[in-house]
Amino acid sequence: MAEKVLMKGNEAIAEAAIEAGCRHYFGYPITPQTEVAAYMSKRMPKIGGTFLQAESEIAAINMVYGVSSTGKRVMTSSSSPGISLKAEGLSYLAGADLPALVVNVQRGGPGLGGIQPSQSDYFQATKGGGHGDYRMIVLAPASVQEMADLTMKGFDLADKYRMTAMILADGTMGQMMEPVEIKKPQAQAFDKSWAVTGTRGQRSHNVVNSLFLSPDVLERTNFERYERYRLIEETESMAERYLMDDAEICVVAFGIAARVAKNAIAEARKAGIRVGLIRPITLWPFPAKQLAAAAQTCHSFLSVELSMGQMIEDIRLAIECKRPVALCNRAGGIIPSPDEVYAKIVELAKNGGADK
Amino acid sequence: MDFKRLILLSGHYGSGKTNLAVNLALQLKKQRERVTIADIDIVNPYFRTSDSRGDLMENGIRLICSDFAGSNVDLPALPADIYSLTDDPGQTAIIDVGGDDRGALALGRIREGILRENNYEMLLVINRFRPLTRTAGQTVEIMREIEAAGGISFTAVVNNSNLGAQTTAGDVLDSMAYAHEVCKLTGLPLKMTSVNESLFEQLSGKIDHLFPLRLQKKIQ
Repeated sequence: MAEKVLMKGNEAIAEAAIEAGCRHYFGYPITPQTEVAAYMSKRMPKIGGTFLQAESEIAAINMVYGVSSTGKRVMTSSSSPGISLKAEGLSYLAGADLPALVVNVQRGGPGLGGIQPSQSDYFQATKGGGHGDYRMIVLAPASVQEMADLTMKGFDLADKYRMTAMILADGTMGQMMEPVEIKKPQAQAFDKSWAVTGTRGQRSHNVVNSLFLSPDVLERTNFERYERYRLIEETESMAERYLMDDAEICVVAFGIAARVAKNAIAEARKAGIRVGLIRPITLWPFPAKQLAAAAQTCHSFLSVELSMGQMIEDIRLAIECKRPVALCNRAGGIIPSPDEVYAKIVELAKNGGADK
Repeated sequence: MDFKRLILLSGHYGSGKTNLAVNLALQLKKQRERVTIADIDIVNPYFRTSDSRGDLMENGIRLICSDFAGSNVDLPALPADIYSLTDDPGQTAIIDVGGDDRGALALGRIREGILRENNYEMLLVINRFRPLTRTAGQTVEIMREIEAAGGISFTAVVNNSNLGAQTTAGDVLDSMAYAHEVCKLTGLPLKMTSVNESLFEQLSGKIDHLFPLRLQKKIQ
């Protein structure tokens, strides 16, 4: 076991990426993710990697496209407004079936918003953001350890399915310091025979592009891509279940909101309320099956979010609106307090699902 | 423990400067009339001395920090009253300098006054459990970058090696060899070793110049 070190979430992402074999990082500073870039700027030159502060977020994501075309592991990171700038590039990566790891340490929005933590880019990450039919694998860490672990996992998933994996964190996750163990990743071989590496006159050339001259070919490519997405939905969703065995109320929360929710749940349990938590670790694919199963036994759901209520729509879809889903939320960079979540749980316990 | 009128704290970011600064201020206020704490970190807008504003005010400690600390904007601005640190020698001041060379750059603004008065000490806060300062060699490298950027040389070392809430007395004891190595490489004395107050009793007698810390507010 590697010795534990005290790391910021942002640093853990950077170190885990290096450990996962990423030697190319392109970024542009923005609070609250700047430490990813700062860490990379110190480490990459020492290990023969590339750290480049691009002239803009748009330039950075297109550099990611370039390196990914050659089959190398590559990442970029930013925070909410910067991810909006990268949206075009994310669509192009999807259109060219290129793997990449993109980190969003969210801050309050819309617009320039503020620098404090937020989860209001949920729609942008899970539903698109860029144009066209495409998905990204979206991973939501809830500790500094998970910032590291999911970064490594993200690279593997990106390579396995030739698509973008996004780490969707928030300002708190990026800034908080916790002991973390940077594990050694398992060596896995991924097919990179599609990469543009020079034919040496020995094979036909590869093409990495998102332009399709024939509508039929473009349509077929979309259908094939969605076959892959369907497989991911079936096999790659992840969630943590916490005190769910006898739960009558199911709290659903990810990232920092899940940590707050756990405190509230512990208090509610002391008061005799049977409440548990399902914490999605993958936001896409959303752990719909686990929620549908919970709808068999729980009378109410509660979505805790640092947004105006975005994930709540996926919860309703997952349980086909069979149970009422309440919302406990704060926005603009403010985190719901355990007391606020607790009060909502008590309210739902009194109603006993009667809202439906 | 003896302290000069101006106590500057710097080191690799995340080494625990801000927490140490607040604890030092509270300690010094017990012995000295007027104590000021100045947060001149223009790099990290997230965890700030201003998070302890209530605690400091209650104890009659003056706080100088950016008008924008804790707000929703990210402006690397310093307030005008940082000049009072050198203009008003009737106070004791703890100056929380930003991490790394970038953070220390702001020190240049008040450097001249500090050197002219020459009643200061500059403490290098070190933590062996931070990923980029695992060895004495790495730590000294960052120290030299800070000195080059801030234009003031360190005078002593503070060993603040910790793993957050998971720190054990054994971790602190293990870190002593590293702290002494940093001192050996730099020729600086080890001024103190700071530990969470929960470990203080366990370690007293085993480590010289032990300083107990109470942790600032923490997110769950």
